[in-house]
Amino acid sequence: MPFMPVKFNLPKRVKLAQGLWMLYWFSVIVGILIFSLGIFFKIELRKRSEMMDNNESHLVPNLLILMGMLACGINTFGGKVCHDCLDPIKFTKWKPMLKMYLLLCCGFSMLLLLTALLCILMQFAVYLTLAEGLKNGIKFYKDTDTPGRCFMKRALDLTQIEFRCCGNNNFRDWFEVQWISNRYLDMSNDEVKDRVLSNVEGKYLMDSVPFSCCNPGSSRPCIQHHLTNNSAHYDYDLRTEELNIWMRGCREALFSYYSSMMNSIGALVFLADMAGLKYLSTALETMVDPENPECESKGWLLEKGIKETFTELLAKLKMLGKKTNQVEEGRDATVDTT
Amino acid sequence: MVLLKMKFTQQRRVHLAQGLWLLSWLAVMCGAFVFCLGVYLKTELLRREEVMDNTEIHVVPNILMMVGLASVGTNWVASRVCQDSLEGSRFPRWKVLLLAWFVVAALLCCLLIAAVVLSYALQGHLEESLKVGLRNGIRFYKDTDVPGRCFQKETIDRLQMEFRCCGNNNFRDWFEVQWVSNRYLDFTSKEVKDRIRSNVDGRYLLDSVPFSCCNPASPRPCLQNHLTDNSAHYDYEYQSEELNLYNRGCRQALIDYYMGLMNSIGPGVLSVILIQMSVLLSLRYLQTAVEGAMALENPEDDSEGYLLEKGVKETFEEIKANVLSMLKFRQVDPTSTEESPEAANAKKVADNTKEKAGSSTPAS
Repeated sequence: MPFMPVKFNLPKRVKLAQGLWMLYWFSVIVGILIFSLGIFFKIELRKRSEMMDNNESHLVPNLLILMGMLACGINTFGGKVCHDCLDPIKFTKWKPMLKMYLLLCCGFSMLLLLTALLCILMQFAVYLTLAEGLKNGIKFYKDTDTPGRCFMKRALDLTQIEFRCCGNNNFRDWFEVQWISNRYLDMSNDEVKDRVLSNVEGKYLMDSVPFSCCNPGSSRPCIQHHLTNNSAHYDYDLRTEELNIWMRGCREALFSYYSSMMNSIGALVFLADMAGLKYLSTALETMVDPENPECESKGWLLEKGIKETFTELLAKLKMLGKKTNQVEEGRDATVDTT
Repeated sequence: MVLLKMKFTQQRRVHLAQGLWLLSWLAVMCGAFVFCLGVYLKTELLRREEVMDNTEIHVVPNILMMVGLASVGTNWVASRVCQDSLEGSRFPRWKVLLLAWFVVAALLCCLLIAAVVLSYALQGHLEESLKVGLRNGIRFYKDTDVPGRCFQKETIDRLQMEFRCCGNNNFRDWFEVQWVSNRYLDFTSKEVKDRIRSNVDGRYLLDSVPFSCCNPASPRPCLQNHLTDNSAHYDYEYQSEELNLYNRGCRQALIDYYMGLMNSIGPGVLSVILIQMSVLLSLRYLQTAVEGAMALENPEDDSEGYLLEKGVKETFEEIKANVLSMLKFRQVDPTSTEESPEAANAKKVADNTKEKAGSSTPAS
């Protein structure tokens, strides 16, 4: 009892083949799109790798690139088969490979689904990497003379300007680290000596933030220094002053940027997967080809019902297992006899 | 004396028509490309219109957009002419339109050349416009509470950060204006009162710059205030401190940006001019060859194509004579209007037969 049989005459087969061919080429374009999305994501991760301490996982973009290339290859092959399937001579050479090809397509759909899930789940890893990376970034801001860290200041300044954020959680993170290098501090000055002696680790801490925290949209020239001291500036109250510096933390800003990117890529891959499964079922229907090309034929999804196909598959696997065992026993026997 | 004569067999005519059809579709796409270039340039100019004093430079993108649109239509007509050119029945209806087409195509080429020339010639005007616009922007930086100017501060700050520049010519321009609004100055403080009294206009002048002049690539945290005072900062020397602020002026930065944009647009426009010229010349050859073939007894025979029926000088004289006669026709007084249309018609018929005779004699 075939599963979902449909009657096909020649014009209907031709139409199905043509429609399927166009669908395959559309899928090739989708495959190229997934490939380019993978490359785009990889470039974006590389751009901010300093903020993530060069520790970020490139698993998702690499997987997307691989899936894109595989999708292109598989769908091009499918398109070629469709192109040839109405010509009985050409089709006979593809016929033995078809069953394996359709199984491969099924497996590929599963892999695409897995990629989409990974895309959405890896956001948490990105969040944790960002938290760690930004904390270190703020710590090493002053080390512009240490090889390997000399561009941290520039990277962090440009990030704060571009993403309109300040510090890790908020601007107060800058109060807890010394972000001015000792080379620019006059150690003979009393005020500097007081500040350095005032805390256990001997750090020069200030209630100031770097210039990149400044908000250009503020109606007032930027107040960076003595932020907690209301009397240091005319008509200034830290609690009510909202526009002066960016209030958002960079971890939140960067995370929302990356999560929206990953969510949309994951959704797109998932949609492509769903579309792929639909045309896979249509492909199975064209698989059957009669000896006489002009007459009507029946097309189906599975030759027997679902249950019967599964039992058959299991039986085949069991036989395969038995066969290998028998072959080994046979070989052992021959080895013994010689 | 015919200009640049060429023999055309039927086969060659067919090839010419096909090649020209492809070329005219390429020219349609080039026209769309020129339109997009014009739109892009205009958008970039409009983005910074707040620091520009006048819009004279906008004539370049306006010309590009107009020519792009006109070129799309013109070359589409050329492709239609090509399609009809090999059918004797459909070609004659294009006859009248073709003269106008040649004039329009030549005009488009001239306009494109003018656009390229203008983009270099107007550089001085752009610089002036930017000078005045930036000067005003810096002057009104503090007026964040005046309607119409409240976004100057944000505009100038973002401009300085994006183009990595400071001030009009350099950062010292900020020393000459009061860029801190009076609302944020404590007038009871002695220091403020001293500063205001120290100059004639009563402005609060500082040797400081806004934060947007700071260079993130500097290894040192940004020094914005007391820039001329070496003792105000540790290990600081005003003359040698180079990297802490942007040392380029915004006017120079913007000029470099826009000139770079126009320099990269230039070659594209020049290649579009070349393509348009080749479409024009090929269509002229096709027109003369097909007309010559249609005048023969056997339309499949060889015909000749040329650019101008007479030499360049003679064609000019003829055109001048035609124009003058048309003007004279207008100036003739109303009493003799009954005769003059007939006379003008007779003259036109005589001209046509002369042209036909001229084209048929080489073939026979």
